Amino acid sequence: MEKRVIFRGWALPLLLIAPQVIISGIFFFYPAGQAIWQSLFIPDPFGLSAQFVGLGNFEFLLSDRFYRASFITTAVFSILVTLCSMIPALFLAVLADRLIKGSGMYRTLLIWPYAVAPAVAGVLWLFMFNTRVGVVSWYLGQLGYDWNHVLNGGEAMGLVVVASAWGRISYNFLFFFAALQSVPRSVIEAAAIDGARFWKRFFSIVLPLITPTAFFLLVVNVVYAFFETFGVIHTITAGGPQQSTTILVYKVFSDGFVGQDLGSSSAQSVILLFVVGLLTVIQFKYVEKRVHY
Amino acid sequence: MAQQSGMVEKHGLGLWMTHALMILGVLVIFFPIWLAFVASTVSQPEIVSPPMPIWPGDLFWENYKAALFAGVNVPVATMLFNSLVMAIGIAVGKIIISLLSAFAIVYFRFPLRNTFFWMIFLTLMLPVEVRIVPTFEVIAGFGMLNTYQGLILPLIASATATFLFRQFFLTIPDELAEAARVDGARPMRFFVDIVIPMSRTNIAALFVILFIYGWNQYLWPLLITTDPSMNTIVMGIKQMFPSGDDVAEWPVIMATSILAMIPPVIVVVSMQKLFVRGLVDSEK
Repeated sequence: MEKRVIFRGWALPLLLIAPQVIISGIFFFYPAGQAIWQSLFIPDPFGLSAQFVGLGNFEFLLSDRFYRASFITTAVFSILVTLCSMIPALFLAVLADRLIKGSGMYRTLLIWPYAVAPAVAGVLWLFMFNTRVGVVSWYLGQLGYDWNHVLNGGEAMGLVVVASAWGRISYNFLFFFAALQSVPRSVIEAAAIDGARFWKRFFSIVLPLITPTAFFLLVVNVVYAFFETFGVIHTITAGGPQQSTTILVYKVFSDGFVGQDLGSSSAQSVILLFVVGLLTVIQFKYVEKRVHY
Repeated sequence: MAQQSGMVEKHGLGLWMTHALMILGVLVIFFPIWLAFVASTVSQPEIVSPPMPIWPGDLFWENYKAALFAGVNVPVATMLFNSLVMAIGIAVGKIIISLLSAFAIVYFRFPLRNTFFWMIFLTLMLPVEVRIVPTFEVIAGFGMLNTYQGLILPLIASATATFLFRQFFLTIPDELAEAARVDGARPMRFFVDIVIPMSRTNIAALFVILFIYGWNQYLWPLLITTDPSMNTIVMGIKQMFPSGDDVAEWPVIMATSILAMIPPVIVVVSMQKLFVRGLVDSEK
C-alpha cells in the first residue's frame, strides 16, 4: 500500500530518516557484520592477530558435544516454557470469559507479572527455592524431598522453566482472553440450544476459532524462551549445574565474555541469527495471515 | 444482546466455582510477589531460620530505608534513577526516530528509499542478545562504557516502532495531506500539526511497551556498567548477592526486588487499556 499524496523534495526525507539509519548502522549493521566476520577467524591468545579459518569455527561447534547439548537444552527449555505458560493462561482465560462481571478486575491482577523483569522473577523464584532459606524447598524437605537445584540438573531446569513461564502467563492470558471474547456469542448459544455441553462447545467451536491466536502465541513464546530469558538463567543457575541450563543465548555470553573465545562466540551469534531469521519467516509467513483480532 | 441469557454464562454453583478457581489462580500467581514483600518487612534472622513467616513484619521502613539509601554496593535510589533515565531514554528516543523515519518513508519518494526501508526491516530480526560481543566493542570504542548513551543507543536500533507508525500513517486519509499541500503548508508543518496529534494514542501505547522493555533490560546493562554507580536496578539486584559462602542480605535484596517492580507495574496497571493496545499492535 502506498500513499497517493506525497511531498516533493529529497533532502528533507533523507534528513528525517538519517537518525534511524545512522543508529542502525553503527549499533546494528556494523556489529552484526563484525559477528559474521569474526566467526571466520580464530584470534590468538593475546588478541593481537587472528588466523583465518573459514568455516572452521562452525565445523568445530557443530561437532562440539557441549554445543550440541546446548541446542537440546534450548529445545527442551523452550518447549517447556511455552507449555507451562500457555496452558495455565488458556485455563484462566476460559474461566474469565465465563464471567459476566469481575473479569476486568481479574485481568488487572493477572497483568502484574508481565511487568516484572525476567531477572527479578528469577530472584523471586530463587528465594522460594533457595537451598538454605527457601520456603518451598523447606516444606519439600519436611515432606522428605531433598530439593537442591544447585546440584541437580533436572531440578535446575524445572526452576528456570517455571520462573520464565510465570511472567508469560499474563501475556498469554491477555491474548487468549481477547480471542475468546471475540468468538461470536451467537455461535456458542446456537450450539448450547442444540444441547452441546461446555466442554463439547469448547473443543468443537471455541478452540478451532482461537487456533490462530494459539499458533501466534506459540511462535512468540518460543522466541521469548530463546532470547529473553537470559536474566532468569543468569540469576538462578548461571547455566549450571554442569551446563544443564546453558541455553544458546547464555552460551554466547559465557563463551564470549567469560571464556573470551571470540571466534566461537561470534560463530554462535551467526547460528542464532539464522534461527531468529527462520522464526521471523515462520511468524510472517504462517502467522501474519491467519491472526485476526 | 441479552447479558443474562443464561445459556452460556454460569450461574449459581457453577458461577461460584468459576470465581473460586479464578481467585485460586490469582493467588498462586501472586504468591512469589507476596513472599518477596513479606521478606522485605522482616529481619534477617527470621529469614535464615526457615520457614520464614508468611505475614509481614514491622521492619518495613528500616529495610526500605537501608535499601534506598545504603544498598549493598550502591544505594538503590541511584539504581532507580539510572533505570528511569534508561527506560525513558529508550522509549522517547525510539519513538522520536521512528516517527521521523516513518514519516519520511510514507510521505516522500527519495533515492534509496527502498534500501533504507529494507535496512530498517532487517533490524527487526536480531535481538541485542545475539550481537552482544561486537556491540560491546563498538560501545567501548566510543568510550561509552558506564554512560547513559551507551545504555540507551544500542537498544533503540530496532524497527518495531517504525513499522507500527508506518502502518498507522498509511491509514491517515490522503485528503488531509492534499489539503495541507494545497494550502502551501510545508511538510514539517503537516507533520507537527496533523500527523503527531493524530498519532497520540499510538505514541502513548508504544511508550508503555517501550518503557517496560527498557526498564526490564538485564544483559546489556550487566555488560557495560562496570561502575556500580551506573548500575540499573534490574541488573543490580544480582550484584547484591555475595560471592562465596556469605549469607545474602535477604530483607534488603527483597526490598530492592519490590522497588524494581513498582514502576513498571504502576505503568502497566494504570495505563492498562493503552498497554493492551500497544501489546496487540506491536506484535501484529
